[in-house]
Amino acid sequence: MLTPEMSVDMRTYLAHVELANPITTAAGCAASGAELSQFFDLARLGAVVTRSITMAPRAGRPTPRMAETPSGMLNAVGLQGPGVEVFLERELPRLVDRGARAVVSVAGGSVAEYAALARRLSDAPGVAAVEVNLSCPNVEDLGRVFARDPAASAEVISSVRATMRYDVPVIAKLAPDVADIVAVARACVDGGADALAMINTPLGMSIDVDSMRPSLAAGTGGLSGPAIRPLAVRCLWQVHAAMPGVPIVGMGGVMTGRDALEMILAGACVVSVGTALFHDPYACLRILRELEDLLKERGFERLADAVGLAHRPPGAGPRHRIDLEESSL
Amino acid sequence: MQVTGTVLTTRRVDAYHALTVVAPGIAERFRPGHFVSVAVGGPHTSMPSRRAFSVHDVKPDYGGTVELVFAVRGRGTAWLAERKARETLDLVGPLGRPFPVPRDPCTCVLVGGEYGSASLFALADTLQQRGCRVDFVLGAASADRVFGALRARRMGETTTLTTEDGSLGLRGRVTDALPSVIADARADVVYACGPMPMLRGVTAVAVEFDIPVQVSVEESMACGYGVCMTCVLPVIGDDGVTRMARSCVDGPVFRGERVRFEDIGTIPFDALGAPGGRAQEGGAHTRNVS
Repeated sequence: MLTPEMSVDMRTYLAHVELANPITTAAGCAASGAELSQFFDLARLGAVVTRSITMAPRAGRPTPRMAETPSGMLNAVGLQGPGVEVFLERELPRLVDRGARAVVSVAGGSVAEYAALARRLSDAPGVAAVEVNLSCPNVEDLGRVFARDPAASAEVISSVRATMRYDVPVIAKLAPDVADIVAVARACVDGGADALAMINTPLGMSIDVDSMRPSLAAGTGGLSGPAIRPLAVRCLWQVHAAMPGVPIVGMGGVMTGRDALEMILAGACVVSVGTALFHDPYACLRILRELEDLLKERGFERLADAVGLAHRPPGAGPRHRIDLEESSL
Repeated sequence: MQVTGTVLTTRRVDAYHALTVVAPGIAERFRPGHFVSVAVGGPHTSMPSRRAFSVHDVKPDYGGTVELVFAVRGRGTAWLAERKARETLDLVGPLGRPFPVPRDPCTCVLVGGEYGSASLFALADTLQQRGCRVDFVLGAASADRVFGALRARRMGETTTLTTEDGSLGLRGRVTDALPSVIADARADVVYACGPMPMLRGVTAVAVEFDIPVQVSVEESMACGYGVCMTCVLPVIGDDGVTRMARSCVDGPVFRGERVRFEDIGTIPFDALGAPGGRAQEGGAHTRNVS
């Protein structure tokens, strides 16, 4: 038995990049990072995933941008941000100064724009990994979202992979509202993705019955929060089952350590926290602590041993330290 | 900072609810204009967004208390209105940019609409301590929705009340009474807190008199500390450029004439990064990337 004082090895890998622990912020849920650093030291996170950076500054969508829904919320912020130049000049250096590992999310309207972003990022110091937000309308395809089309997704990923420095992993962020998420995931991996992140927010809508108009100015918005967790777990499960060797960043309504563990058991080796940050600025650290305690209670010495564990065949007992010792005899 | 506060007292004030919470860390850092955000629905809530409230009163009792005043508008505020003494609340605060206060004594008109007047009393206190004259103009749709009339009468050099139905004070809106109050008091500055249309009207009056106006806006927000990006409104910066500013961290107090009230709920075409605007023209393809 493990003594309670022993700590679990929480290190994890995003492709070859080692993270001290598996908990990161989710893209677009921590603004520039400076806001949360008033509450805690960002270096204590596995990584900070930035908001999706675009070439030019973006004002985003009009308000109302947010509507609360049962156990979740709809948002249509529209990637408000300063653009890549200001990001590289001010926001990224501040993250690096604070000792945070920065995973930079990028968003574009065309393959060329993603490639241009990758080119700007490839000489920037402090980019631990690049996450490609594929849930953007493709201006060259009548505004069809890249993530809905395996070929378009693969094209974006391969152009970013080809442009980005070889030692910076490229993560493809997938949308859940597609016909076959495994097909998109496979296309991205074939296109050169070093890891996958899922899920982005599925599209939702709510109507205010008092004003009898859509609740959001944009009409539709991304649904997040615990309401989408089962959807996230299903996507993780299917993709991990199809490609068990590909590292996956799991996210979608993680509010507690138990939720994070669920993602890990489904196949995630990194867990991102999004909507919970709007509810609790300390959510990431709390979830990390709870996750570590849960792993400890279950006899794990290493986080890595729990990744994808729910996929073991029925009847095979939980794989923990004792079993490993027996199997080595 | 985040504090688990204990509810000390709850009371009804006409159409509103007031909740006094023991929250030492927040009380001692509080300055007039700050707000707090409260998690609603208990530990396993189905409501992930926090609710933001302005602070009515801060007292040193029990290490420091804050009093929040709010109207029940939905499930979250209904839950909050049911809280009883000794229950705990998850508070984050003090948040936002407080009211700037003048260095030298001057005459200030404080304008409050609905429960927005709640945040003006701490300000009035600070202003009076600095030797400022304070005049109040408070208004709402009806008498039971005018918050703090008695306290305003006690504190203010003059207090003017307005209701749209005429049930208290003058019939009309605060903006109808404001010009004569500014003129009579020879006011140097206006502070206002209340619904957006009122702030727009108050700003127009202050601009007419060519005196500075500080408005505290009320936008719906999910977090209160700058990460959700939902509480934005178009504000003109020092450089003359309009940006979609967050009311939680860039505000909630803005110089009134900098807020583009007529464009709230839109992205003005000349805002930084507006769709189709110069900044986004061509995006990556045409931009010179050196």
